[in-house]
Amino acid sequence: MPDQLLFAMEVTLNGLMAGVLYSLVALGFVLIFKASGIFNYAQGVMALFAALTLVGIQDGQVPFAHLINAIFGTNVHHFGWHVPAVFAIILTLGVMVLFAIIVERYILKHLVNQEPIILFMATIGLAYFMEGFGDLMWGSDIKKLDIGLPQGLNETLESVTYGWWGYGFFIDNLDIAATIVAAILVITLTLFSQYSKTGRALRAVADDHQAALSVGISLRFIWVIVWSIAGFVALVAGVMWGAKSGVQFSLSLIALKALPVLMLGGFTSIPGAIVGGLIIGVGEKLFEFSIGPMIGGATENWFAYMLALLFLVFRPQGLFGDKIIERV
Amino acid sequence: MSLDSLDITESYTTPDGRTIGGVVMEMKNITLRFGGVVAIKDISFDIREGEIRAIIGPNGAGKSSMLNVINGFYHPQEGEIWFHGKKRAPMKPYQVAHQGIARTFQNIALFNGMTTLDNIMTGRMTHVKSNMLMQAIWKGPAEREENEHREVVEKIIDFLEIQAIRKTPVGRLPYGLQKRVELGRALAAEPKLLLLDEPMAGMNVEEKEDMSRFILDVNDEFGTTIALIEHDMGVVMDISDRVVVMDYGRKIGDGTPDEIRNNQEVIDAYLGVAHD
Ligand SMILES: Nc1ncnc2c1ncn2[C@@H]1O[C@H](COP(=O)(O)OP(=O)(O)OP(=O)(O)O)[C@@H](O)[C@H]1O
Ligand SMILES: [Mg+2]
Repeated sequence: MPDQLLFAMEVTLNGLMAGVLYSLVALGFVLIFKASGIFNYAQGVMALFAALTLVGIQDGQVPFAHLINAIFGTNVHHFGWHVPAVFAIILTLGVMVLFAIIVERYILKHLVNQEPIILFMATIGLAYFMEGFGDLMWGSDIKKLDIGLPQGLNETLESVTYGWWGYGFFIDNLDIAATIVAAILVITLTLFSQYSKTGRALRAVADDHQAALSVGISLRFIWVIVWSIAGFVALVAGVMWGAKSGVQFSLSLIALKALPVLMLGGFTSIPGAIVGGLIIGVGEKLFEFSIGPMIGGATENWFAYMLALLFLVFRPQGLFGDKIIERV
Repeated sequence: MSLDSLDITESYTTPDGRTIGGVVMEMKNITLRFGGVVAIKDISFDIREGEIRAIIGPNGAGKSSMLNVINGFYHPQEGEIWFHGKKRAPMKPYQVAHQGIARTFQNIALFNGMTTLDNIMTGRMTHVKSNMLMQAIWKGPAEREENEHREVVEKIIDFLEIQAIRKTPVGRLPYGLQKRVELGRALAAEPKLLLLDEPMAGMNVEEKEDMSRFILDVNDEFGTTIALIEHDMGVVMDISDRVVVMDYGRKIGDGTPDEIRNNQEVIDAYLGVAHD
């Protein structure tokens, strides 16, 4: 096989793996949007917050250490223990569920039947609050996240592909792990929403609030569920991204990667989020590889948005979105 | 025959031989206001076990508002609701659903993205026992339960003669069939009290006949108590045991179809005679 083609294959593979992660972040948005009509601006910060919490718990950090020390004149920073990754993940999940309950109890409950723009503003407020709260709780320094995921070049894949074609693929183990975890999560979420009773309730709420209430579904319960799932998704995304580039503020910007995915896939479609993520992942890598060198590179920053914009012009409802027909 | 003297626990037999039991739901002096609009003005009436109770009245009389009060969408400023001999605290619609009250809507409210089957399955929500965690960890009991629900739902589908559209997304169905699916979803809850807001609105004669038959059969076969709003006088007089007449938020008549037919105030309201 010609080198160019092999290289393109490698790029596509890398793109697919990045894409699964985009899909995952986009799914977090879609779930909340479907169930409550809220575009959750805080999704990215949730990923940051979840990753911060995970690292904090794992390293035995004292939460709110700065605050405690400032008030009581103490000098505590660490408990001096180390929590195994599995427990730390479970505890972090607990924190995210607690977070969902608090959001429902103190924000959403008071905003039922408000205009979408008001709800959107509320999530902007929530995002900034969480960002500050995360800093206060765990400190603002860059943290290293290590939960024992495999890292570095996958040598098996390299030698196998070398053996076949005389060209070794360079694929990072972490990317493979992230892809597998994200794929499992995406599949589980899809199955959950399609086949479980709570999933059916979730779809019912997404479809018609009034009718859902009339068959005995509690909206507040569904909101807690949905925000918990979004928190779960945020944690997974935060872990994968954090393991790559450290846990720091920029992690919250992965939300920006999900935006073009949503434009492409539609805000209400789960398959749309999945396929959209993959298209963007592969698209931006292939574009960088083929056209990038001609126009000075660094196309990955804007390509996704351009693709999404083009898409919007021709299919405003997204890949699988419902066609919007105005009732008159 | 007048039922006015009947005690709230007493039962009686209808001319067509069905037994109507004591009072299951009693609305006492209900007043509902929206800002300056008084949608319901000091209305009292009761619903007896096993009966078909109609609510009629001109547009804007407050009929739908009354169903919304019963089902917890609206909360009246004044008055009490008694259900099964107990005063009901203000409730959310989903809690009312869990008490065994199901309903359909004047403007069909189906889950358009779902199939007929899935729509009717959501009607089982109040009967779902095994929780999420259970379903995730131990599939056995959850699966058995799912099968039980499926059985009930399939019976309803057969009963309503909608086998052919089981897998069709309801958004694509014609209006008449959508109304039928919505009835199916309400029936899936195996309700003690079924509320129907204009189940025959917008239907042709044939569809109306089918719907009347379904309503009568539900009442007859399962003994379901039914409260329904309907504009078609012929249908109302045909199928209901007792009728409440509303006009501008007030109750202007209450009794058997015969009594209502001969009630001067009702005749005036329907003939458009000027009000005081
Ligand atoms: N949510 C609401 N907010 C404000 N006003 C309302 C609301 N719901 C009902 N109303 C008002 O209450 C009055 C009664 O309305 P309702 O829908 O109960 O009438 P109806 O008897 O069902 O009429 P129709 O036969 O047209 O369905 C109307 O004046 C209506 O505008
Ligand atoms: Mg009405």
